[in-house]
Amino acid sequence: MNKMESKNILLIGVGGQGIVLASEIMSEFFKRQGYDVKKSEVHGMAQRGGIVSSHVRIGKKVYSPMIEKGKADIMLSFEKMEALRWLYYVKPDGIIVSSNVKMVPPIVSTGAFEYPEDVEDRILKERPDAKILDIVSALKELGNDKVTNVIMIGALSTMFDFEPEKWLEVIKEAVPKKVVDVNIKAFNKGRELMKN
Amino acid sequence: MKVLLSGNEAIARGAYEYGCVFASAYPGTPSTEILENVQHYKEITCQWSPNEKVATEVAIGASFAGARALCAMKHVGVNVAADPLMTLTYIGVKGGFVLVSADDPGMHSSQNEQDNRNYAKFAKIPVLEPSDSQEAKDFVGKAFEISERFDTPVILRMTTRTSHGKGLVEIGDRVEVDVKGFERDFSKYVALPMNARKRRVVVAEREKKLKDFAEETDLNVIEDGKGNVGFITCGISYVHLKEVLPDAPVLKIGMPYPLPIKKIKEFVSRFEKVIVVEELDPFIEEQIKAEGIKVYGKEYFPEIGEFSPEIVRNALVKAGVLKEENKVKAEDKAIPRPPVFCPGCPHLGIFYALKKAKAKIVTGDIGCYTLAAIKPFEMMDTCVCMGASIGNAIGMEKALGSGKGIAAVIGDSTFIHSGLTGLVEAVYNKSTVTIVISDNSITAMTGGQPDARTGWNCEGEPTGKMDFELVARAIGVEHVYVVDPTKMDETYKIVKRELEADHLSLIISQGPCVLYPQKVKREKFYTELENCTACAMCSKIGCQAIYRTMEKTEKGRFKWNIDTTLCTGCGLCIQMCKFDAIRPISRKGE
Repeated sequence: MNKMESKNILLIGVGGQGIVLASEIMSEFFKRQGYDVKKSEVHGMAQRGGIVSSHVRIGKKVYSPMIEKGKADIMLSFEKMEALRWLYYVKPDGIIVSSNVKMVPPIVSTGAFEYPEDVEDRILKERPDAKILDIVSALKELGNDKVTNVIMIGALSTMFDFEPEKWLEVIKEAVPKKVVDVNIKAFNKGRELMKN
Repeated sequence: MKVLLSGNEAIARGAYEYGCVFASAYPGTPSTEILENVQHYKEITCQWSPNEKVATEVAIGASFAGARALCAMKHVGVNVAADPLMTLTYIGVKGGFVLVSADDPGMHSSQNEQDNRNYAKFAKIPVLEPSDSQEAKDFVGKAFEISERFDTPVILRMTTRTSHGKGLVEIGDRVEVDVKGFERDFSKYVALPMNARKRRVVVAEREKKLKDFAEETDLNVIEDGKGNVGFITCGISYVHLKEVLPDAPVLKIGMPYPLPIKKIKEFVSRFEKVIVVEELDPFIEEQIKAEGIKVYGKEYFPEIGEFSPEIVRNALVKAGVLKEENKVKAEDKAIPRPPVFCPGCPHLGIFYALKKAKAKIVTGDIGCYTLAAIKPFEMMDTCVCMGASIGNAIGMEKALGSGKGIAAVIGDSTFIHSGLTGLVEAVYNKSTVTIVISDNSITAMTGGQPDARTGWNCEGEPTGKMDFELVARAIGVEHVYVVDPTKMDETYKIVKRELEADHLSLIISQGPCVLYPQKVKREKFYTELENCTACAMCSKIGCQAIYRTMEKTEKGRFKWNIDTTLCTGCGLCIQMCKFDAIRPISRKGE
């Protein structure tokens, strides 16, 4: 992607998956590369199992912190059913990346709803070019279930022409010291998964 | 240097740079992070107050003493603070006084979406409304200046998106502003009728001066553009409009009250048509129309809900300014994901007891525990405003003739905020309802701010810890019981007995929040699936760590399991299980 081109990046998932931190890292990264950046998410009920969405908008000059429906260039979904929910937000030629992680809403226990078994098929049926990353295995391999956010940043980094080191610079500053190593691995894992 | 700040962080930064020395607040989404960030600047004394009225009163005191003072609250908090505000407008200030109102269009986390710009007109004071983080910081400085120059309180109005949205902000150094000290001035500071009548005239004169100021201030700016339709806009609506129509000629209003009417007249005269773009109420539009100036606005734009770029686009299509694009439809392809209680939350035990004891009516209040109104508990029948549960329960009793089976549930922070007077009402007017304080000793809903029950303050210093039992007894409540909601039988027995009793009782249900001030660490539980008979009793406690498996019993029923990554070890489920299927994790592999 060309430098300073306007991009709308939508991050989606469930409270507790580290979405806000991921969007913070991205925003800081693009700021350092000279972009104007705005981002927006709604705080409040998120930590209680609700949906979290974060809008990151970059470009030469950005006005609104919100992405217009149907105008996201990139969607990174941290949970697969949430990807399905938010597909409509992405441009017809936009990039869709989803984790294969399944987080069953507690409401399923009440018997009122079933978590659809064919989520991945449904995503691909609607958007055949969507990429579903095997984050479940990646987290096991990395031995840390809290690094989905940095794997996703690794995935995002493949869509831009910046040196991986520049991304890692920001990541290293943003995560706690004792988990820097696993986050570097997570970032590289994200890059690797996008190649497959 | 430019840094990425949310609007709330930018306000805190503004308070620092523009010489604020005192800040107070009561937490409430979307305003909470203002004081949380002010706290990082040691030059500013800051404190969480028990409610917005007190927060405003202490900030007023600081202003009277000659200090620049700021208080922050969510929109509905201004209702609580309205009493001091409506008289402060007569008295005026000494040090600059800024009240930040963070409104919540769309009600992301609120019970209404009132447009607090109306308070400025009501109180006859200026309101400033930034449209991004940079302006949020800058406008704090402008607000202090206006406050001191015109001897008036100033409202700085934020909305959820300007408060929580982030953007780049040029930061600067702090400019110290001296604390001038208090000087007695009977005719100004003592709002007796004889003084207030005189001050009322001063308010009218001040309003005239502010109207003149509105014409000259750079808070209201004209941005030239293309086309024969002009736009008047403010706050977040400005950025959405610029996004959708970058070349639009715009009169950007940074001070929605009082308005620069001459400037508006001149601007309107340049165009064939002028459209006012503003979220929620037609606040600017009606003021302009009252001057006999022809503008359009709510013909095209909704009065209800939060704006977004697509809402602005659709309205502009309606107005004939933009051509229709292919509309994007949100289809419901996924199952809902409503917020739920945290695993091991201390509210679970008390609501389970109320459900089991078959409480007839449960009046509710504002906090995490309002989640009890929805599935799986559905054990909260009303929710009005902070502290309303107690008064509502008493009124129900008086109307229905009996308080039996009626319970009011309120959290510790909400009880301190506005529940105390309700308790006085209950004793004084001989109520026989059951009042439950679900006490986790922290303001959890907004992210774990300390309150008067926590034992430490905003700066982390140890301080007094309010004793609810003593308070209740001092008020005159005879039947006060402290329960541990993780002890299910005991809690149930007390709740059941008190619901049926013919007297007023207060049950204080005490247990720590699982998230704040730090995540609780207790031994977790797991399920020995072999022993599970699929009775599903453990699922009744509403814990999100408990889920139905795909594994069936011989009778073909699905077994239940515990997600041990989520479990926080409250131990409610083990008390529900009669088959030794649920065990502490230390027994695994026995």
